[in-house]
Amino acid sequence: MADDDINLDALPDDELVTQMHDDLYDGLKDEITAGVDILLSRGWTPYRVLTEALVEGMRIVGVDFRDGILFVPEVLLSANAMKAGMAILKPLLAQTGAPKTGKMVIGTVKGDIHDIGKNLVAMMMEGAGFEVVDLGVNTDVDRYLAAIDEHQPDILGMSALLTTTMPYMKVVIEALKTKGIRDRIVVLVGGAPLNEEFSLSVGADAYCRDAAVAVETAKAFMARRSNQMSAG
Amino acid sequence: MLQDLLRTRDWLLADGATGTTLFAMGLTSGEAPELWNEAHPDRIRRLHQDFVSAGADIILTNSFGGTSRRLFLHNAQERVIELNRLAAQHARAVADAADHPVVVAGSVGPTGDLFAPLGALTEAEAVDIFAEQIEGLKAGGADLIWIETMSAVEEMRAAATAAARCGMDYVVTASFDTAGRTMMGITPEAMADATTSFTPAPHGIGCNCGVGASDLLVSVLGITAAKPDAIVIAKANCGIPQVRGGSIDYTGTPELMADYARLACDSGARIIGGCCGTTSEHLLAMRRALETHRRGDRPDTETLIARLGALASPPPREGATRRATRRSGA
Repeated sequence: MADDDINLDALPDDELVTQMHDDLYDGLKDEITAGVDILLSRGWTPYRVLTEALVEGMRIVGVDFRDGILFVPEVLLSANAMKAGMAILKPLLAQTGAPKTGKMVIGTVKGDIHDIGKNLVAMMMEGAGFEVVDLGVNTDVDRYLAAIDEHQPDILGMSALLTTTMPYMKVVIEALKTKGIRDRIVVLVGGAPLNEEFSLSVGADAYCRDAAVAVETAKAFMARRSNQMSAG
Repeated sequence: MLQDLLRTRDWLLADGATGTTLFAMGLTSGEAPELWNEAHPDRIRRLHQDFVSAGADIILTNSFGGTSRRLFLHNAQERVIELNRLAAQHARAVADAADHPVVVAGSVGPTGDLFAPLGALTEAEAVDIFAEQIEGLKAGGADLIWIETMSAVEEMRAAATAAARCGMDYVVTASFDTAGRTMMGITPEAMADATTSFTPAPHGIGCNCGVGASDLLVSVLGITAAKPDAIVIAKANCGIPQVRGGSIDYTGTPELMADYARLACDSGARIIGGCCGTTSEHLLAMRRALETHRRGDRPDTETLIARLGALASPPPREGATRRATRRSGA
């Protein structure tokens, strides 16, 4: 039996956070913004709300998306709910100088208008605490390079849904090599016609089968990078 | 015409890949294949001719991305009718000159947009968008409309409605690329149920593209089990894509595609072809395989995997379902 009469205000912190994980899973935007407001009013730092309520909730969504239990429609609703919560937190996070997970520039490649998967990756990455610069669709090599120059991201994400556009990823990666910046940036690629072998043959660091895998992969690369820096 | 052929033949051979074949002819990444209908009519006709010479009974026009939504990217959104008419004319010319009957199927791919309420595109708008393309294909002499690589039921219905509005017969195939479902979560059985209830009903339903050939045939089995009387279409990718130097190659051999064709037949498909990576050489091997094959027992998933390779996107583990949340009570 559905329980629509949950009073978020009355829940203690731990139950509220669990309820927010549920509400993210169910894609309930208004309930998420209410939950964020309540936690902030109880003195939680914006960073703690982000990590314990939103990031953890989206991690659970991501696991079921990766495992073929949730699909694009459900995950889009979850991501939209997460985004609504993020909209409250973003300015506060900037003020409080909260730690950043990393920065990503992402775009669908030239000749391709498909952005459903790319948008999902962008939202899930934000949900995991990354700063995301989304270049949209039909991104040519000059726009990728200009954005990398301007934003100095840790990660570049490229998406393609057509067999006729996915080879463009190689064009962009070759341009990164020519500029001598290939080693400074982690290149993740994705899209329905791609696979691991293809991603390696174009010179990417990894193929991400879906948005949940993209987040896991990005986190793993960031952890490796910070280990190298502390060892360095 | 399709129905006439199906009355006298157990199976029909559909063609191979358009996009990747055009790559081999010099199309560059990001370029719109539909613009070649005007710029390189000789190459488009050669594409069709090579498949017809290899034995194709059905050829798909070079119009997959021919809606205004997709041509917009190439600033050709005003030329939908013209480019689609040319696409159908090229295929028509090759079909009419062939030594065997060849059906010209007007390819209609997805808009790339999410439908309301998830996205902005309404079904009514989508019907208009598809109808414009289909008018062009009809004017160029297409025999029927081939709605393909679909993920969302709303979009399949919009394209089907548009075909009907233009007075054209149609078939519809979906891409089951995510754990045995479309990316929108539609199972083969649900797709079969939904599409066979469209009015007017499609003349064929099935699967194309997706991931591997074994995954595709698992989806075909789902459709033929759900709708044993339907004309079912199988158009699988030719292995997996790899970039070698400047060109793109698919790993599937002609032998593998020949075996895929036999298994597609055993799985209950009546129309069998190839998708991305399938060349005329592969198609010839498929034709020869089908001509010497007697429809056998329905294969199980294990047989498909043993003969065609592991599933690229297997279904979730047994019993895995949505989590129960307090509000959903599920």
